[in-house]
Amino acid sequence: MPSELIHKFMRIDHLPHIWCAGCGNGIIMRDVAVALQELIDDPEVNLNRGKVVVVSGIGCSSRAAGYMDFDSIHTTHGRAIAFATGIKIAHPELEVIVLTGDGDCSAIGGNHLIHAARRNIGLTVVTFNNDIYGMTGGQYSPTTPTGDLGTTAPYGNIDRPFDIAQLAAGAGATFTARGSAYHVRETTELIRQGIMHKGFSLIDVYSVCPTYYGRKNHKGGAVEMLQWQKENMIPAARYYAMSEEEKQGKLLIGTLTHTNFPEYTAQYAKLIERAQAKAKKGE
Amino acid sequence: MSAMKKAVLMQGNEACVEGAIAAGMRFYAGYPITPSTEIAESCAVRLPQVGGKFVQMEDELASMAAVLGASVTGVKAMTATSGPGFSLKQENLGYGCLAEIPCVVVDVQRSGPSTGLPTSPAQGDYMQARWGTHGDHPVIALSPASVQETYRLIIRAFNLSEKYRTPVIFLMDEIVGHMREGVVLPGADELIINKRHISYHDGANKQCYHVPEGQYVPAMKPFGQGERYNITGLAHDESGFPTGSNAVAGALYTRLMEKIDHNLDDIIRVEEYMLEDADTAVVCFGGTTRAVMSAVEEARAGGMKVGMFRPITVWPFPEARLKARLHTLKRVLVVEHNYGQMLLEVQRVAAEKLPVAFLGRYDGTVITPSDILAKLREMEG
Amino acid sequence: MRYEMRFSGSGGQGVILASVIVAEAAVAQGLQTVQSQAYGPEARGGMCKAETILSRDRIWFSKVTSPNFLLALTQQSLDRFAKDLAPEAVVMADSSLAVPADLDPGRVLRLPILETARDKVGKVMTANIVAVGAIGKALGLFSEEALYEGVRRHIPAGTEELNWRALEAGAALVSDEQAAAFRQSLD
Repeated sequence: MPSELIHKFMRIDHLPHIWCAGCGNGIIMRDVAVALQELIDDPEVNLNRGKVVVVSGIGCSSRAAGYMDFDSIHTTHGRAIAFATGIKIAHPELEVIVLTGDGDCSAIGGNHLIHAARRNIGLTVVTFNNDIYGMTGGQYSPTTPTGDLGTTAPYGNIDRPFDIAQLAAGAGATFTARGSAYHVRETTELIRQGIMHKGFSLIDVYSVCPTYYGRKNHKGGAVEMLQWQKENMIPAARYYAMSEEEKQGKLLIGTLTHTNFPEYTAQYAKLIERAQAKAKKGE
Repeated sequence: MSAMKKAVLMQGNEACVEGAIAAGMRFYAGYPITPSTEIAESCAVRLPQVGGKFVQMEDELASMAAVLGASVTGVKAMTATSGPGFSLKQENLGYGCLAEIPCVVVDVQRSGPSTGLPTSPAQGDYMQARWGTHGDHPVIALSPASVQETYRLIIRAFNLSEKYRTPVIFLMDEIVGHMREGVVLPGADELIINKRHISYHDGANKQCYHVPEGQYVPAMKPFGQGERYNITGLAHDESGFPTGSNAVAGALYTRLMEKIDHNLDDIIRVEEYMLEDADTAVVCFGGTTRAVMSAVEEARAGGMKVGMFRPITVWPFPEARLKARLHTLKRVLVVEHNYGQMLLEVQRVAAEKLPVAFLGRYDGTVITPSDILAKLREMEG
Repeated sequence: MRYEMRFSGSGGQGVILASVIVAEAAVAQGLQTVQSQAYGPEARGGMCKAETILSRDRIWFSKVTSPNFLLALTQQSLDRFAKDLAPEAVVMADSSLAVPADLDPGRVLRLPILETARDKVGKVMTANIVAVGAIGKALGLFSEEALYEGVRRHIPAGTEELNWRALEAGAALVSDEQAAAFRQSLD
């Protein structure tokens, strides 16, 4: 029996999803739905479901848009953030959520990612980061750790990986955070905060891909991979209590950056006022 | 009240923007590239004045994507570019064709593949306009020959785009884009502006790509109205969700082509000049028309029976209209600023019936009326 | 009548604007006109050219091939563009320039455009407007109103007085006899 949440926010007709058994993507998609439900139910926020637009690119992650029962657009590879930018600028009252993958957002779409972050446009980007190109069958991605294997890295990956959240922060994103498939509660809360944040927010959520990444790299199945997340990704409260020595090799689950800076479409509204005042004066 | 009919001096690129705004364009995303840059600059000034939005994106790919994104929220949207940038637009142009998202893509053509001669005129993107994006897809492309026509024709580009729910390519060239001419701006009451055909269904019926009986395209639903529907670049069924059925996919692709192919009379516009008694028809489009018209008038003054056939709708190629002229003609001359692209279409239509000659130039210089007159004399000789 | 005008000088002298203002005045006067210019790096320094065609009939071919009129504000541009003039063409050149050997001096109207801008108007950058004033007087095609309107549309607010002075000073450079002779090139 699907839960009430699934009945309410998923397109039941289009389930079951296409993801492999053990894939972390379904968990992350659920986190997004729970975060949205909380904001819709929260009387102080009162998020209008009809104003939520879910945008995705191409790849395993990007099928999520089609399963979520909101206005949704499944775009071209890498371009989700650029489509979303057009949607948000044209109609700033829309709550635009981008569901993307590590390749979609930081390889082919890397330019769009950094520039949306730079503009501080009010999108919420959730990356389903599984360290691999899953849809095409296991090629290394910009987040595949150095030395790991992929079908296009048969002798070990010699690239250095991106930390997507830090990349976005470096480009000016005003809210960045890291979550994981294992840390459901924390990740849901981070996504909720990301949606509430007025500027550009990115939540880099570590997924698990037992089928390609896990098998290629002898990481075990889904259980072992989630176990790794449990042991090596540490929620903020605990992480910040750890000594520097203890932090070695561990990753923070939580907010990385959170600053306030004027949001792009709000700035554009002011620009329109300035332009119209100037035109009125006949300049 | 209609405005006073006084001509104003305007550049082709500016007229493109003013016409687009008159057509209701309120979103522009672009990336600077010569010789289209004045379109971006004009939009940056003018759109905020009318409550519209201009955004300079990080690249051409993003510009095309943002235009499609804006359009799905119900806003008429446009981008402009030139050759190399037009190549980059092609990926998402294909998306627009498949997902049936109206928008206008302006290509102010310049010389050469790659950076070529970036400030010089050419018409080398004629075939790219037809076949630039991947896969079988419908195309409407219009090409203006004057600043005045640019203003009117860009409005038509938006109208066709809305009516047939497809990206329309506005194929300008450096000659028209950068020339300034007097333009009489029509009053708003003189213009026909197609509004987007919108329909709202209740939440239960989500057949957002359902085509009603007797229609060629589904009505569109803007995002943000509580419809909660899906758009995808995958082959989809009437619900807008991906299909694995070859029959459903095939029917979709066929409909996309037929919505254009079955409405050629509505879409195609041609200018014919002095063809009634002509022996020779000069076929041309866009800025080249200017030299051709001068040459035709001079040829006529010299007693030569020459006329002009100009596709204004350059895609689909006005095959039937040209065919209808062939029985009274003795020969055809195609004049273009390229190595011979529309020539291929003319040959396809006419070569079995009469000789088809060609005059082209692609070194960045313009074809002059005397070049054309010399060629006409050589052909008659 | 198809009257092809070429405006030349170096980047920054405002010859493109001069050609646009003449085209604006022509439109205001109800004439047909087409204006175009050279684009690219050459427009930002070095030699610079712009073209305006005037006619009472529809102008088809939009490029200048054998100019009836040439404005030259630098030696380089005079030497370069004096070569492909129409047989009856008139050249308006700054008086600081030497008339090239292959150009009939009788066809050259040498006017102290740069000096007038610098000394009489008080700003060398108004040379293009001085030239427009001289062209307006010589051609005799535009009403004063059309010419002023053409200038007004392209100058920053607050510089009107300066530019009107430049227009007047330019017109004063051309005598009635010179203008009458000039107009013969129009037919």
